[in-house]
Parts: sequence; structure tokens; C-alpha cells
Amino acid sequence: MTNQLIRAVEQADSSEGLLNAVKALAAASSKEAIPTLITVLGYNNPGAAVSAVDGLIQLGEPAVQPLLEQLDGYNYGARAWAVRALAGIGDPRGLDILLDAAVNDFALSVRRAAAKGLGTICWELMPAEQIAEAQSSASKTLLQASQDPEWVVRYAAVGGLQALAGAAVQPDWLSEVLTRLDEIVSSDETSSVRARARLAQQKLLLG
Amino acid sequence: MDYYESDSPPAGVAEGESLTLEVAIANLHSQDYSLRYYAAWWVGRFRVKEPAVIAALIDALQAESEQTKIGDYSLLRNAARALGKLGDKQALPALTHCLECADYYVREAAAQALEMLGDRDSIPPLMQLLDGGVAAAVRVPGKSHLVQPYDSVIEALGTLKAVEAIPLIAPFLEHSVARVQYAAARAMYQLTGEVVYGERLVTALNGDNLQLRRSALMDLGAIGYLPGAQAISETLAENSMKLIALKGILEHHLEQQASLSLSDEAIRVMNLMDSLL
Repeated sequence: MTNQLIRAVEQADSSEGLLNAVKALAAASSKEAIPTLITVLGYNNPGAAVSAVDGLIQLGEPAVQPLLEQLDGYNYGARAWAVRALAGIGDPRGLDILLDAAVNDFALSVRRAAAKGLGTICWELMPAEQIAEAQSSASKTLLQASQDPEWVVRYAAVGGLQALAGAAVQPDWLSEVLTRLDEIVSSDETSSVRARARLAQQKLLLG
Repeated sequence: MDYYESDSPPAGVAEGESLTLEVAIANLHSQDYSLRYYAAWWVGRFRVKEPAVIAALIDALQAESEQTKIGDYSLLRNAARALGKLGDKQALPALTHCLECADYYVREAAAQALEMLGDRDSIPPLMQLLDGGVAAAVRVPGKSHLVQPYDSVIEALGTLKAVEAIPLIAPFLEHSVARVQYAAARAMYQLTGEVVYGERLVTALNGDNLQLRRSALMDLGAIGYLPGAQAISETLAENSMKLIALKGILEHHLEQQASLSLSDEAIRVMNLMDSLL
């Protein structure tokens, strides 16, 4: 069954055909689909890539290693989708990729996806004694990303900081985050980013 | 996957080539046409609002040159685009004059620049480009464009709140080119506030053509059509573009809010944006 679905993706001869084939393959939730879904990330077909990312996120843990192994070979578009898949899966093995990508990647769409993902790592999958230090690294990176020249990266960093603060095991960096949110609310040049920071404050103070 | 970047360097320029402010300003007066052309793009891209820059760009729009005689209007196009971004109303007469330029793309750049400058005195000359209505709005034989840059002109009239242009714009809702229909729907929404025009753009999000879906997305963002937020988040296009469109909607909504507290609508739009990051 999965083999047929894989063949349908490989043989799709139109943009719409590819999209439908990828959707069907993603919906099958089969580990055998992983290499094909990863290949689709490199096609210039955003609809298909979205479905492939969704499929990979749904498959979760088994997709992490194949994604990490192929990351260096990707073009920027594919890398962005792959980071998005890793961000969505939230496996701590992707943490270093996200820490690097959030502030260093050339493509803003990659920085954006990574910043979001840093907030939503499944910390409970990490050895307990490593969590505090990893979260502290994530907070530093997100504070840096919250000063990115691109509004959408700052926006994603604010959401990341909110989620991270909500999951903090050792809150020694929390006051720094709250101070930064205050700064963003009062002085970010983009009103969407200011509004997102207000929302983060509301959630953190009421939650 | 990256942002749709209308600010990308002009074709033929080596990637990564960068100028300093001084060199860019000096190059606006260079004998070398290609240096002037690149400098005109550069000062717009980096928003160099120096009086000397504005003056040099206006000169570039007015000068007859060897290049325009042989049909190369690339410098004028860049100069007009830059003047729109720089936002200096001194450029209004020269840009208005460009609406009569022989080159289609100069007229298009001028209409877009006049939209950005936001001066209502531009309305009558822009309306003139709609002369003849839909019947005259046909493709130029052998070219990929219509006789006038109707989409840019109509969008500018919408942004300039040119309610007097409504009778001229409305027929373009039925133009054969989808892009022109969208421009008309966008402008009609801005001019009348009637939901039916916003909904036309929402319907366009379901079209088969990615380029047209992108176009409808950006139109919905530009007019801040809040009821379209959900549909924008669901259409098949790059998340980067959807995020820009939703940002447009969110900010349009925030501007209308008196209080600093976040409305439910604002939170809903942000939740959609969060899901696309």
C-alpha cells in the first residue's frame, strides 16, 4: 500500500498531482514514507512541502534521524522545510540545529521556523539533568533572535520565549525574558511584534 | 520559500555587490548608465532620503538620454520606484509626467510610486489612464502586457481613496485578466467598504494558479480584510506570504483599536500567524 503511494509521488506529472499524492502518502503515517517525504521538501512546490512537513511531524521521532542526516545537502527552500519539520517534532536531538539556525541561518524563513521550534522542544524527552542548561541556551538564543532585523523572526522569537518561559524548570533567566518583552512592547518598530509581545505577557502573567 | 521580495536587485547585477552611501550618491551622476541604474535601485532599497538623492532621481526621470532614444528605460523605471519608496512629495510632478511615458513599465512604476506618495492631486492623472474603460484595456500586440498598467493604476486609486473613480473602476471587476479583476476588487473594497469585494478576493484564494493565489493573498493583506484571515491561513501558498498578508490584516485592525488591550480578533489572527511560523 505504502509502496503504491510512494510510486504515485514519484510519478506525479503535475503540480496538483504531486500535491494529492503527497497528501495521501503523508496521511498513511508509515515509516517507509519518510525518505520520500523528505525528498519532496526539495521540490519547489509549497503545497506539497507543507503536506510533507505535516506528515513528517506526525511521524515524529522516527523522522528525526533521517532529517538530521540529510540537512547539509538541502537547498535553502528544503532546509527551511526540514527545520520546520524538526521544529514541529520538537525532539531534543534537533536542539543544536535550531539553536544555530535561529540566529545564523541566511534564510529568514529558517530563522523564523527555528525560533518557533526552540519554544516547543519536548523537554521531557531530554535527560533531566540536561534540561536546565539547554533551556538557558534556548533563552539566550531567543533573546538574540528577538533583535533580528526581520519582523517575522522577532515575532517568532517572542512566541518562542513565551512557550519556553511556560516550560522553564529553573527560572533564573525568566526575569530577563520578561524585561525583554516589556522592551518589545514599548519599542519594537513593528506593531504586529509589539502586539505579539503583549499577548505573551498576558499569557505568562495570567497563566 | 523566502519572502517574496520585490526589492531584489535588478537583473544583471552581481549578487552581493554592495555600495557605500557616498559611492551610491556619486554614482547617480556617473557617466556609466549601468552604475546610475544600480545606484537608483540602491538608494530606494536602503531608503536614502537625502535631498541630493531626491534631486538626482528627479533629474533622471526628466532627462532625455541616448538610452531612452534606443528604448532602454531601465534607469527611469528604477528612479520612479525609488522615488515612491523615498516618500518625498517633490517628486510628484516628475512622477505624474511619467504616467505619459512611452514605456509601459515606467508608467507602472510611476503609478505605484504615486500610490506610495499618497497625494490626492495624483488622482485625476491616474484616472486618465483608465480612459476608454474595459473596451480599451486590451493586450498590446506582441507584448505580455495590456496597453496600460491597469492593476497598478486601480490599486493606486483605491489607496488614494478616490471615490470619484468608482464608476471607472467597477467595470474592471469583469476584465478578462484575473490580476486586473483583483485590483478592482481590492480598490472597490477600499472605496466602499463592502464585504462583497473582500469576498471576491477570498474566493480567489481557491484558484488553481499559485501566482494568482499569491496575488489575492497580498491584496487581502493590503486592504486589511479581517474576515479573510482564516482563508488566508488555509490557502496553498508559502507561509512567508501568508504571514505578510496576516500581518497586514492584524496591523490594519490594531490601528482601529482605541485601547491597548488586545481584542479577541487580534488574538485570533496572531494564533493563525503562530501556526504558520
